[in-house]
Amino acid sequence: MTVVAAPENAVPARSTPRRARRRGVRPLVLNLVAVALGIGVWSLLSAIGVQGLPGPVTVADRAGELIADGTLAEDVLASLRRVLIGFALGTALAVPVGFLMGWYATARGLLEPYIQFFRTIPPLAIIPLAIVLLGIGEVPKVFVIFLAAFLSSVVAAFQGVVDVDRTLINAARVLGASDRTIFAKVVVPASTPFILVGMRIGLGSAWATLVAAELIAAQEGLGYRMQQAQLYYDLPTIFVGLITIGVLGLLMDRLLLLADRRLTSWQERR
Amino acid sequence: MIPKITFRDVVRTFPVKGGTFTALDGVSLDIADEEFVTVVGPSGCGKSTLLGMAAGLDEPTGGEVLVDGAPVTGPGPERGVIFQQYALFPWLTVRRNVEFGLRLADLPAEERRTRAQRAIDLVGLTDFADALPKTLSGGMKQRCAIARAYAVDPTVLLMDEPFGALDALTRVQLQDQLLDTWSQDRRTVLFITHDVDEAVYLARRVVVMAARPGRIHKIVDVDLPYPRTEEIRLSPEFSRIRNEVWHSVYHQSPAAV
Repeated sequence: MTVVAAPENAVPARSTPRRARRRGVRPLVLNLVAVALGIGVWSLLSAIGVQGLPGPVTVADRAGELIADGTLAEDVLASLRRVLIGFALGTALAVPVGFLMGWYATARGLLEPYIQFFRTIPPLAIIPLAIVLLGIGEVPKVFVIFLAAFLSSVVAAFQGVVDVDRTLINAARVLGASDRTIFAKVVVPASTPFILVGMRIGLGSAWATLVAAELIAAQEGLGYRMQQAQLYYDLPTIFVGLITIGVLGLLMDRLLLLADRRLTSWQERR
Repeated sequence: MIPKITFRDVVRTFPVKGGTFTALDGVSLDIADEEFVTVVGPSGCGKSTLLGMAAGLDEPTGGEVLVDGAPVTGPGPERGVIFQQYALFPWLTVRRNVEFGLRLADLPAEERRTRAQRAIDLVGLTDFADALPKTLSGGMKQRCAIARAYAVDPTVLLMDEPFGALDALTRVQLQDQLLDTWSQDRRTVLFITHDVDEAVYLARRVVVMAARPGRIHKIVDVDLPYPRTEEIRLSPEFSRIRNEVWHSVYHQSPAAV
C-alpha cells in the first residue's frame, strides 16, 4: 500500500512479512523434526520389545505388500467413496437447512429441537438402528456418515447466517436490495467462512465415523481390513490402515483449508 | 415549497423491561432541498434513531416522517445512507462495492461502469478501484462508502456519524472532501455527529438535541458562506457559533443529565 494509511494500519502492515516468514518456514521444519522424532521413538519402542508392537520397517513392508496386490487401493477407494458421498450429501443438506434456520425464525423454531437432540446422540449409536431399518448394504454406512457430517456442519451454517453483520444487511437494504437479493448477495458470501469451518468439522466427523460404519458387514474398506487383521492378530496391517486413514484425513482437511483460503481471502485476518 | 425531509411530532419508544424507553419525544424538523443539516447531541439523545427513520430502517411510534411530502415506508435508493462502520462488503472490490446499488437498479453494463467510475473518481479512489476493503485505511473505506451512496444518485444523503471512527487529521480531510463533493453535486444532507466542530463546519443549520427523552434542544443557524475553508474554520465568527453550539450541547437544562 502506497497511500498514507491511518496510523493503526501501519503496525500490522509492517509486521506481516516477518510473521508470514515465521509462520511459513520454521513450523514446517519443526513439524518434520517432530515426525522424525516420533518415528524414532516408535522404532525404539518396538526394538526394546514392547509386546507385539511392529516397527516402522515391518509396517512399511506390509504397506508395500498391500499396495502391490492392490488391496490397499481397493480399500482406500471403497472407504473414500463412502466418506465422500456421505460428506457431500451431509453438507449439501446442512447448508440450506442452516440458512433456513438462520433466516426464518419459524424454521429455527421447528428444526432446532431435532438438530439439538440428534446432535447429542453420537452417530455411532445410530448404527444398530440403521442396520435394522436399512439393511447391511452401502446405504446404512453412507447414512451414518451423512448424519455425522450433516449434524456437525449444520450448526456452523446456521451460526454463520445469524452472525452476519446487521449493518451490511442494512447497507444492502438502503441501496434498494430485496430480501432475496440480500440473502444471495450478502448473507451467503458473508457466511461462507462459517460454512467452510463447518465443512471441515463435518469432514472430520465423517472420517471419524467411517471405521465404525464399516463394522456393518462390509466386504472391503479400510475399517473392514483392520477388523479382519484384528481377527488374525495382524498388527502391521492395522497400522497401515490407521496411518492411511490419518494421512487421507489430513490431505482432505488441507484441501478444504486451501479452498477456504481462496474463497475467503477477503477476510481481515489477525 | 415542500421541504425535502419533514419530521412531524415524531415519537419513538422502545419496550424495555418494566416499561417503555422514550428515545424521541415529539421531534419536529423541516429540512429544505439541498440543505446541509447536522445533528449533534449527547449519546442517547436519539439522533441515530432519527436518521434511521428517515432511512426507512426504523418506524416512528407516533407522528410521521415525510420525504418529498410522502410518508417513508421503507428504505429506497433515493435516500443514500452512510454508516459509521463503513459497511462495505468485504468480499467485493471498491468498484464492485460502488456498483452494488447500480446492479440492483438493472442498469446496462456500460452505464453502470461509467457511473461507478465517476463516483470513484469523485471521492479520489481512482487508483484503488480494484482493491479489496481490507487493504484500505479507515478514511479510504469511508470514501468508498460515500462513493457507493453517490453512485445510485440519491437526492438525500443520510450520514450516521460517518467520521466518528477516524483519527482527527483524517476526519478534517474527509470533511473538506465531503463538502467539496457536495458543492460539485448538491444533495440534501442529514449528518449525525457528536463532534461540535464538525457539526458547525459542515452545516448551514446545526440541530442540537437533548437526551432522556430525546428531543430538539435548539437549532443554530450557521451564517458562514460556502465553500468553507481553513480560514473560516479558524475565524472568530466560526468560534462564536462553535461556542454557542458547545454551550447548548454541554450545558443543557439539569433535567437532561
